[in-house]
Amino acid sequence: MTDLKASAEKGTDSAVAVLLPRMSSNEKVMQVVVPLVALALGIAAWQWIVTANGIPKYILPGPGDAAVALFTDSSTLWPALWVTLRITVMALAIALVGGVTLAIIIVQSKWLELALSPFTVILQVTPIIAIAPLILIYAPDTQSALMICAFLVAFFPILSNMVQGLKSVDHNLLNLFELYGANGWQTLLYLKIPASMPYFMAGLRIAGGLSLIAAVVAEFAAGSAGQGSGLAFRLLESQYRLNLPRMFAALIMLCGTGIAIYGLTSFVSWLVLHRWHESAIRREN
Amino acid sequence: MGSLVTDLSLAEAPSSVTPQRRLVVAMNNVSKVFSNGTLALKGMSLDVRGGEFISLLGPSGCGKSTALRIIAGLGAASSGSIDWPSSKINSHGLPEGDVGFVFQEPTLMPWETVFGNVHLPLKLRGVRKAEARDKVMENLTSVGLADFADAYPRELSGGMKMRVSIARALVTRPKLLLMDEPFAALDEITRQKLNDDVLTLWQQTGITVIFVTHSVYESAYLSSRIVVMRARPGQVFTDLEIAQPAVRDGAYRVSEFYRANCQKVSDALQSAIQSAES
Repeated sequence: MTDLKASAEKGTDSAVAVLLPRMSSNEKVMQVVVPLVALALGIAAWQWIVTANGIPKYILPGPGDAAVALFTDSSTLWPALWVTLRITVMALAIALVGGVTLAIIIVQSKWLELALSPFTVILQVTPIIAIAPLILIYAPDTQSALMICAFLVAFFPILSNMVQGLKSVDHNLLNLFELYGANGWQTLLYLKIPASMPYFMAGLRIAGGLSLIAAVVAEFAAGSAGQGSGLAFRLLESQYRLNLPRMFAALIMLCGTGIAIYGLTSFVSWLVLHRWHESAIRREN
Repeated sequence: MGSLVTDLSLAEAPSSVTPQRRLVVAMNNVSKVFSNGTLALKGMSLDVRGGEFISLLGPSGCGKSTALRIIAGLGAASSGSIDWPSSKINSHGLPEGDVGFVFQEPTLMPWETVFGNVHLPLKLRGVRKAEARDKVMENLTSVGLADFADAYPRELSGGMKMRVSIARALVTRPKLLLMDEPFAALDEITRQKLNDDVLTLWQQTGITVIFVTHSVYESAYLSSRIVVMRARPGQVFTDLEIAQPAVRDGAYRVSEFYRANCQKVSDALQSAIQSAES
């Protein structure tokens, strides 16, 4: 075939590739510096209020007290964090596998989706905290009960987003695959799953945060105690003992965990989408 | 590529001759009723012969796109048949790899690179990336996009996306290329450029093209034959052979010959529209 290239692009819009906007390095630095400085100022204000008003530790500890507690109580707090984290991560992992698998099964048949819809809706709209006591009765031990609760909460954002994504495939692309005689597996693997990634990633980010919340809330409901308990128990325990520095330390841990989960899920989302999806691309006008 | 650069005589001879060319596809009395009861196509028969450049021209609702989709196997005909006399038929009743389709939109997968998009038809047949590389690059070169193999569709302009779509349609070396108003959404300058490119590809590969358009000027410029259709119900109104010069370029666009062709096509289209109204 000929090389049309030389003539092809002259004087047409073909000659111009769309240039992606880039952030200047200055802007990049500021994006990190500004939130950090604001956070530091907030912590300083907190410390100042505590010191200036002479507020006792058992009412409002300063950030310094909380930081000290983070170290002195590390033998109780870190194992508790580990327990909570394990429940969160395992629940999220099972929710991912289960949600995606069920979504793929559901979209194969309209009847199956209709038949399953009452169950998914019932489980979704029922506040999980309300069925936690029931789960506690049926589950073999507290740990698995907590995991089931966290799983149920994380499961639905993934399922509903994935179903929506799998159904939102460009019809012309479906026609194209049909035209080239693609079988069901090829259509799923090369078209439906990639096309649903933006939806899946949105579900993942929601589910990641929710599974941590559910792990903590379910533990409150379970009222588990003693060795092998999670951070929720340590929070309640510090409340009974008026050990507010430890309570703040536990809260900081939970907060850090939440941030880590959000950061990780956002990073995964960016990795998958940044080359092609509008959500990951800067807009420039 | 040597074997496919055949039939350069096409470019020289006015394409109204040689009726003995082999039949590529034949529509026999094809009708299509949509599920809402609309009669989209009524008793359409069309013989498409090798090397022809046929335009289906008509007002909206005349069933031209429907006809094209039925030929492609997207949606079955309600009655009538499609015959592929010289093709191997697969289990879906479609000719094996003999049809390329260019949609009105570029219809590219945004998560794949330009290379990945053009590779798709081969990938669906189990040809791996490494084996397909030469073929894919050859087709990208033929549409002037070899340098953009690693770009993503969103980085391309509308005209470039359309070129990728054409390269993808050609990568399986089809005998028949179906184009459904491919350039309707492009600006005039890009559209003329792409018209010239499609003509060049057609002349050099000897491929058969069926081109759906609602533009008199586009069809008169490109086609060796124009099938004018009318609406309500969609059916063939008239079938025009168009004599074309050996070289079609900017000078041809302003020539009396071209103007006369346009006149002829335009008159036929007007009659088709009036016959639908009366």
